[in-house]
Amino acid sequence: MTTDTPVFVGPPTRQISPWAWAHKNLFSNWLNTLLTIVSVLILGWVVIGLSTWIFSQAQWAVIRDNFRLFLVGRYPVQALWRVWASLGLIVAMGGISWGILARNIRLLDRRGLLLLGILAATVVIVLALLTDPRSIALSLGMLVLLVVLAFVGQRLGQAYPPLGTWLPLGWLVGFLIAYALVRGLIGGGQPVKLDDLSGLLLTLLTAIVSIVVSFPFGVLLALGRRSELPVVRWLSIAYIELVRGLPLVTILFAAQLLVPLVLPTGIRPERVMRAIVGLTLFSAAYLAENVRGGLQSVPRGQVEAAKALGLNPVLNTSLIVLPQALKAVIPTIVGQFISLFKDTSLLAIVGLTELLGMGQSILANPQYIGKNAEVYAFIGLIYWICCYAMSIASQRLEKQLGVTHR
Amino acid sequence: MTQPQMESIADKTGAEPIIVAKNVEKWYDNNFHVLKGVSLTVNKGEVVVVMGPSGSGKSTFIRTFNALEPYQKGSIEIDGIQLTHDLKNIDAIRREVGMVFQQFNLFPHLTVLQNVTLAPIWVRRWSKAKAEEIAMQLLERVGILNQASKFPGQLSGGQQQRVAIARALAMQPKIMLFDEPTSALDPEMVREVLDVMRTLANSGITMVCVTHEVGFAREVADRVVLMADGMLVEEATPAEFFNNPKEERSKKFLSQILH
Ligand SMILES: Nc1ncnc2c1ncn2[C@@H]1O[C@H](COP(=O)(O)OP(=O)(O)OP(=O)(O)O)[C@@H](O)[C@H]1O
Ligand SMILES: [Mg+2]
Repeated sequence: MTTDTPVFVGPPTRQISPWAWAHKNLFSNWLNTLLTIVSVLILGWVVIGLSTWIFSQAQWAVIRDNFRLFLVGRYPVQALWRVWASLGLIVAMGGISWGILARNIRLLDRRGLLLLGILAATVVIVLALLTDPRSIALSLGMLVLLVVLAFVGQRLGQAYPPLGTWLPLGWLVGFLIAYALVRGLIGGGQPVKLDDLSGLLLTLLTAIVSIVVSFPFGVLLALGRRSELPVVRWLSIAYIELVRGLPLVTILFAAQLLVPLVLPTGIRPERVMRAIVGLTLFSAAYLAENVRGGLQSVPRGQVEAAKALGLNPVLNTSLIVLPQALKAVIPTIVGQFISLFKDTSLLAIVGLTELLGMGQSILANPQYIGKNAEVYAFIGLIYWICCYAMSIASQRLEKQLGVTHR
Repeated sequence: MTQPQMESIADKTGAEPIIVAKNVEKWYDNNFHVLKGVSLTVNKGEVVVVMGPSGSGKSTFIRTFNALEPYQKGSIEIDGIQLTHDLKNIDAIRREVGMVFQQFNLFPHLTVLQNVTLAPIWVRRWSKAKAEEIAMQLLERVGILNQASKFPGQLSGGQQQRVAIARALAMQPKIMLFDEPTSALDPEMVREVLDVMRTLANSGITMVCVTHEVGFAREVADRVVLMADGMLVEEATPAEFFNNPKEERSKKFLSQILH
């Protein structure tokens, strides 16, 4: 700990007894009391109904039988170690980043504990559905890896604070390695075709690739929209407004049908690649608008001060304007990425078997007819876990950046 | 405006001019005539204080010196370099001219030290070690050495303005421009900034300051110029200007700012 590290001490909290709290907040007058009772009744009814369904009526065999299909689809079983290795890499990166970002604060604060709780609950669900002892051991191992590396990362971050600035690059490299592993491009063995991926694996792959690729594209569009060169500006505006005026499904269909037409004959990108192109084009336009909001929030004096110091326009934009603009819009950008993640479910409509598409194809199996509620509830739970984890991680990031920048 | 050009006191001394502005005219948005033929010569090592009522064009005028504001007519020469649309010349001039703003304009996402070393590293291409060494010397000179690793938002206004001065000095400019450096400060912080400016003036650097600090002008300035309605109205030594102004406009202005 360096001496000039700010120490945060919350305001003193006054202890009140639960009874006093309940009296003050729930039963202060007769209307309040009535509302409390009605709410508790409704809540109780929903909870009882749901738990009866979950624990006695629902037949979860459909999930247990198809668990692997949901997660990794028809990925070759003998090559599954690659998926585990990529997952391990991502978990390790996550743990280290968590630690580095939290180098000056408590590692397990409220948000940290919440995130850990959700991940632990996920592992428990996985354990309930898995029977193979090796997978059980590996799942538990991931959780341990995460926590251990978070502590290691915190130490590293304290020892070398500049590590924080290398995190985005680290993640980019990590993703590239994970991608190459999953595709079988490194590590030996038979490569796996993009179109042979399915299930949650495909959902994650399309979402992450689209997010990563659309980010620089969106930033360039936002800068283009503010460019002093009319042609650049008009093209950026035209692109952004065109894409924002179209529903995503239209763009996804267009990407499936049009991309092969625009490209020279002989090059027929895989269906998954076309889907990624569609998602990226769509996401970049929205990202551009969000980033533009951030660019506008940077005061003019910042640009003038940088000019007066002799910084040229490129340095001015990359060192002064963009860092401030992006910091200002982190919450919006994360929100947009979360919705892009959910939007990948539309790929089921253009015929890809990502998580939702996999659910539909399982339901089409006569053996599992009528199990819609179980399948969709399970799919919903997976989406919720992923999105909520992203949301907490982003709050964490904001909090950390807010500490250093104010 | 085709007045006969005002004879500058500076011209008589035979000293070496470093800023030569001749009949500078500027319009905002093609219709608002903000500078109506302003001429000013500043010699090496001189301290010139620019005063004048709000909206008279003081900021606009000194911001033309480092090309933050373009002008339409007249000519400006800084240290022998003609200020034109030529980007090479603009870059060269901005290396010679440092500027301190009313609102500090420190970069909030960088530490104090990074604020000061940014331009030397990226524009002058100094090594990080060299830039940091010089930055630390400057921070010591302005009295905030112990805050080097803090962020601007964690400093008081007076401290921020002193960092801004150090940041401008780190580029080793020949000329420093100040645009009302103390106007945004609480009264108790004005002095610490003026003290730094006073030491700087004694170091021999050329300074052009827009300020309404009469005490500072009397003590430090070699010349005071008064601007009103986009024109230079009077140009005199501080003693003459404050005790014995010649122009009606100056008398009126002084009666407003002196109590
Ligand atoms: N970007 C702009 N566009 C149009 N008019 C402007 C712009 N900036 C300044 N002006 C106008 O030009 C005139 C001179 O402005 P300037 O800021 O140079 O005055 P000033 O003497 O520095 O005043 P103050 O003491 O208030 O800072 C003012 O009337 C102002 O409204
Ligand atoms: Mg001004």
